[in-house]
Amino acid sequence: MRKTATIISLVIVIVLFIVTAFLMHPFGQPPSDMDDYIIENAQSEAGANNVVSSVVFDYRGYDTLGEATILFTAVTAVVMLFRRRKEETIN
Amino acid sequence: MSKIVRTITNLLTPFILMFGLYVIMHGHITPGGGFQGGAVFASGIALLIVAFNSAKVQEKLKERHLSVIESSGALMFIGLAFAGLGITFFYNFMVGSSIFGQIPPEGSNPGYMWTAGVIPLMNIAVGLKVIAGLSAIVLVMALASSNIRIDE
Amino acid sequence: MTEGIFNIPFIAIAALIGISLYIMVVKRNLIKIVMGLAILEAGVNFFIVSLGYRSGGAVPIYTNVPQKLMVLPVPQALTLTSIVIGVSITALMLSMIVLIYRHTGSIDAEKSRKLKG
Repeated sequence: MRKTATIISLVIVIVLFIVTAFLMHPFGQPPSDMDDYIIENAQSEAGANNVVSSVVFDYRGYDTLGEATILFTAVTAVVMLFRRRKEETIN
Repeated sequence: MSKIVRTITNLLTPFILMFGLYVIMHGHITPGGGFQGGAVFASGIALLIVAFNSAKVQEKLKERHLSVIESSGALMFIGLAFAGLGITFFYNFMVGSSIFGQIPPEGSNPGYMWTAGVIPLMNIAVGLKVIAGLSAIVLVMALASSNIRIDE
Repeated sequence: MTEGIFNIPFIAIAALIGISLYIMVVKRNLIKIVMGLAILEAGVNFFIVSLGYRSGGAVPIYTNVPQKLMVLPVPQALTLTSIVIGVSITALMLSMIVLIYRHTGSIDAEKSRKLKG
């Protein structure tokens, strides 16, 4: 009973994904107004040759701040999970 | 590991670490930046941990020093974000005529190093953070799994 | 309906996500479930980057670029963040698997379901 319900719901989800892939915009012509402005004015406003770096650090700096927080939290959690073993082997 | 792996590691490691630092520093001219260069550097450290024993690497590279490096990278990033608070948060206040303040000419040009305001300093801060973070993760997990094998 | 009939990258990504969902739901080994999650994250990152492709466009960097038409730079910046988040999640899940193996002695998903006191 559980196995057939699982397989039926998986098939429905995969069919929905493939139908959506047919209904999207043609590959290679994306609608873009914000990116045209960024490509035109990135050299004079941010002063960098690399447009992707200026988007990551200047136009969208808040996202990079959130990502740095996530990396810091993950490293703290991994180092904390493996800490007790050294006290047991010393004792 | 065997003698061949140790010899090749001894020859290759300085080049891998130097390439990682090059990708971090030239993040505003060529493709790359803080995250990519930090990942290359951390994979060089992972090569050292695999080729030699993880206990030998831990004698030279303790986790306390890695934690200090990561925290200083995070503080430098936040400090640079707050320094432009006169106009707004995360303002690029060095685009003028300071140390990093040239403006490159329009269109295609060979890259100039002293451009792009506060972006190279942010690249260095994020690069330090990623180097210390990924090296700490790989080192701690290698030490934990070697303890399991010794106790059984 | 017929304007998107040649979207081969989008159909391939739908197949990739379908494979990873099948792995995560059906398999019982914990490490295989983590592998399914890694394939799912790779498929989603691929989808975000392929949304921003312009036909005949160049790399969005002004150093020695041969033409003016460029691909969109914003999806590449969002994918950078997504890759780092994926690495953090995989590292945390693998260290939890090591702790589960230490406490219960097996990596079967059915044997570590009951909460013990």
